[in-house]
Amino acid sequence: MSYKFHQFQVVGRALPTETDEKPKIYRMKLWATNEVRAKSKFWYFLRKLKKVKKSNGQMLAINEIFEKNPTTIKNYGIWLRYQSRTGYHNMYKEYRDTTLNGGVEQMYTEMASRHRVRHHCIQVIKTATIPAKLCKRESTKQFHNSKIKFPLVFKKVRPPTRKLKTTYKASRPNLFV
Amino acid sequence: MSVANPNLHYLHHYRLDPSSRRSTSQTPKMPFKRYVEIGRIALVNYGKDYGKLVVIVDVIDQNRALVDAPDMVRGQMNFKRLTLTDIKIDINRVPKKKTLVAALEAADVKNKWESSSWGRKLIVQKKRASLNDFDRFKIMLAKIKKAGVVRQELAKLKKETTA
Repeated sequence: MSYKFHQFQVVGRALPTETDEKPKIYRMKLWATNEVRAKSKFWYFLRKLKKVKKSNGQMLAINEIFEKNPTTIKNYGIWLRYQSRTGYHNMYKEYRDTTLNGGVEQMYTEMASRHRVRHHCIQVIKTATIPAKLCKRESTKQFHNSKIKFPLVFKKVRPPTRKLKTTYKASRPNLFV
Repeated sequence: MSVANPNLHYLHHYRLDPSSRRSTSQTPKMPFKRYVEIGRIALVNYGKDYGKLVVIVDVIDQNRALVDAPDMVRGQMNFKRLTLTDIKIDINRVPKKKTLVAALEAADVKNKWESSSWGRKLIVQKKRASLNDFDRFKIMLAKIKKAGVVRQELAKLKKETTA
C-alpha cells in the first residue's frame, strides 16, 4: 500500500546566539508528501507559535514515522482546521483503517469530495487512536460488531488484468454476487 | 392433479402454509447465500494475489476487509478484488496466525475447494495453460481415440434401432 501522505517527525530550534546559548528545541509530527515539504511545513507552524524563522533556525532531525501495527484495524479520530470559501472552521472526523497514514489520506480525499477543500487548505490539529467505546460517528460505530455479516449486493465482474479489457461484450453481465 | 386413490382427495387441502413460515423468523427470505462475514473464504480475482484463497478476518469498512492467508502477510483488500465462495470457517475476529492455520486445517478448506466444481474448473484451466506442445499432441490423440469409441457405440445403437 503506497500512501500519498507520509508522517514525519521534525525537530528544530532557533540558532544559538550570544543572549541565548541553548535555545529550546521543538518537535512536530506532521503529514506531508515528502521530506522537503515536511520541513517547510515545520517552519510554517513554528513561525506562528514562536519568534523563529527558517533563516535564524536550524533543522535538527527529520525522520519518517511508520505504522507500528499495520495488520490491526483501528479507529482514528482526526481534528482538523480547514479553510472554506467563507472562513476557517474546525472539524472532527473519524476513520477506520489499518494505518494512521491511511486514515489521514482518507480524510484528505473526503474533505476534497465533500467540502471541495484542497489539501493545502487543511491543517491537521491532532490525531488519536480512539477505542471503540468512545467513537462518536455512526458510520464507524456500525462496524463495531464482532459478528458482522452483510451480502455484497452489486458485483461488477472485472477482467483480471487491464490487458483483457474490451469495449464491447457479447452478452450482458450478471451482476448478482 | 389426479389422485390415484379417491379417498385421499382431502390431502390437497393440507398444503404448507407460507404465512406459518414467517412466524418462526421475522426476517424475509433473502436471495443472498454468500455473506461477507468473519471466516468467509474468498478468491482474489484481481491484482498481485490473483487466484489465491484468502480468509476474511475482519471488516474495515463498507469497501474493505482485513484478509489473511497462510502464505501472506495480513493486509487489507477491497471487496471489488474478492469473489466470495461457499466455504466458511469458524474463527473469532482477528485470530492469531497459528489459530487461523489450525482452523483452516480443521475445516479442510483445501480439499473442499479442490473437490468443488468451481475449484476443479480452476485446476483444469491452470493445467491447460501450462501444457507444452507434446502434451497437446497427446491430448489430441486421446480425444481422437475417445471420439472413435463413442462413434462405434453410437453405430451399434443405430444398428439395433433400425434392425
